[in-house]
Amino acid sequence: MQTALSIAMDAFAYGMALFIICIGLSLTMGLMRVVNLAHGAFAMIGGYIASWAGRDLGLGYGFGIALAVIGTVLIAIPLERLLYRRIYDRSELSQVLMTIGITFCIIGITNYIFGPTLKTIPLPAELAQPVDLGFRSIAGHRLFVIASGLVVAGGLWFLIERTGFGIHLRAAVENAGMARTLGIRTEIIYALSFALAIALSAFGGVVGAEFLPIEPYYALRYMVTFLVVVSVGGAGSIPGALAACLLLGAIDVTGRYLVPDFGNFFFYLAVILVVCAFPRGLMGRAH
Amino acid sequence: MANATLQSAAAPRLRPLGRDLIGLALIALAGLSGYWLFPDNLAFLTRVISVALLVLSLDLVVGYCGIASLGQAALYGAGAYAAGIACINGITDPILLILIGAVAGAVTGLFTGAVMLRAHGLPQLVLSIALVQLLHEAANKASWLTGGSDGLSGMAPAPLFGVFEFDLWGRSAYLFGLCLLLVVFAVLSLIVRSPFGMVCRGLKEDPLRISALGIYAFPVLLKMFVISGAVAGTGGALAAIATQVVGLDSVSFELSANALVMLVLGGIGHLYGALIGTVIFMALEHTVAAINPFHWMTLVGAVLIAIVLFAPRGLSGTLDQIAALLTRRGGRAGR
Repeated sequence: MQTALSIAMDAFAYGMALFIICIGLSLTMGLMRVVNLAHGAFAMIGGYIASWAGRDLGLGYGFGIALAVIGTVLIAIPLERLLYRRIYDRSELSQVLMTIGITFCIIGITNYIFGPTLKTIPLPAELAQPVDLGFRSIAGHRLFVIASGLVVAGGLWFLIERTGFGIHLRAAVENAGMARTLGIRTEIIYALSFALAIALSAFGGVVGAEFLPIEPYYALRYMVTFLVVVSVGGAGSIPGALAACLLLGAIDVTGRYLVPDFGNFFFYLAVILVVCAFPRGLMGRAH
Repeated sequence: MANATLQSAAAPRLRPLGRDLIGLALIALAGLSGYWLFPDNLAFLTRVISVALLVLSLDLVVGYCGIASLGQAALYGAGAYAAGIACINGITDPILLILIGAVAGAVTGLFTGAVMLRAHGLPQLVLSIALVQLLHEAANKASWLTGGSDGLSGMAPAPLFGVFEFDLWGRSAYLFGLCLLLVVFAVLSLIVRSPFGMVCRGLKEDPLRISALGIYAFPVLLKMFVISGAVAGTGGALAAIATQVVGLDSVSFELSANALVMLVLGGIGHLYGALIGTVIFMALEHTVAAINPFHWMTLVGAVLIAIVLFAPRGLSGTLDQIAALLTRRGGRAGR
């Protein structure tokens, strides 16, 4: 019972960390139709900046997160203007190749600047301690990740379903030409949503660093995981991404606890079964 | 009258055949010059040939059927492990081992194709990745059969035709591989030009129209997957015979992604493109990655971005365009 509870807690927190990173990718893929394999690379940049801020500048965790998010978005905006804009309406293969190329470049340059070592992000004392929930105690950091995930999910839902920006975004996605005719500046909408997705990935990279450690090949190692999760959830769907992250996170963590020598076997088996059963993802939309 | 139409139909058919023969001669020439110029690097050159077979097989799926795959190494690894396990268990004739590898690759192709063809677009890509990762984990777990993360070693293939030994210098392995490449290339040139190859191209260009013509896509594509698996398995078996080690990296996402990069560099939808891309990529990797692996990654990334932006048809496509530009004037004057 004790083991089951701790596995469940770990799986929930891990699923939430995955969710914060992957939801941005789900947005770019579902709403803007760009297969952005470099998404993990932006999470990695966020992690590197936060680690640099925390260890070399001695800033607090909150400042580290803010710096990471702002810095990553500042790096990503020129990339969007110069590179991504040209592949919005190209084939999936072109998008995959271009974004793998961007990933390789980011890995090469980041390691040239920061050196090829594992980066840790120092946690503040409040988050490093276990918190007593009454029936059992849990690492404060995990609670923080879970809370952040819930806030991100709720906030995004509100933004897309309930605000003017969300209406414009959905209009631009449904029919870009008609949206432009009605006076919506689609390129600004696209740039803003791209920046939002990148900001979420950087945030997820920092808060998820306990589960997915920041290391030189981070972007490549988890590229597949992120892509798989989004595809299983159905690109563009917030509840779908949440369900996929919790399901796959649970399978991954449980597998690692109970049958560690099988590695990712059950994770990928589950992926194949889900994709075969739901070719558009758990809650994907029909195009 | 009937005779005349037959002749005029036969005449243009000769031309691609002649071009194929010249192409095969060029490949043989390049291969032999590699043999004379780099006698100390034959092991590396043999690896280039085996990866070239993998990239050719990927071209069949991506270039001729339009199915993006990031899991082609599953087929290559299946061939390599099948040949390696057979060799350890007493089947040592190299040609038989290559056949075993090809059959194993074809069977894996049948299986992965049947799974991948259930989806389209992005989920299909994800399925290909999941399949190669699944096989990777399975090969790692079944260490009693595959040697796990230590790799499968201890193979001792018998001399080719009982005469040419697979020695430390790798001369016979390289020449064997070169002959294998020539045979595979010749067969593939015929296949992609056959009515079956044309249907595959048609399915890539316009699936709706092909199905309106009364052709059911699934068995056609599955057949191409099986052929592609046989080619990839041949490459894997060649690597197993030549290096006498099969590692987990032969069935990995990294190898699959690299194969796709090589194919794109050379040009999708050209058999020659697959070869050009493999040779250039692996030669560069051999030299630059030895200096600094991170510089190598930056370089590959920059090249990929440049190809997507400036030369979407790869090197061979760009060469074709240049050739077309140069010959356009002459060709028009001739007519």
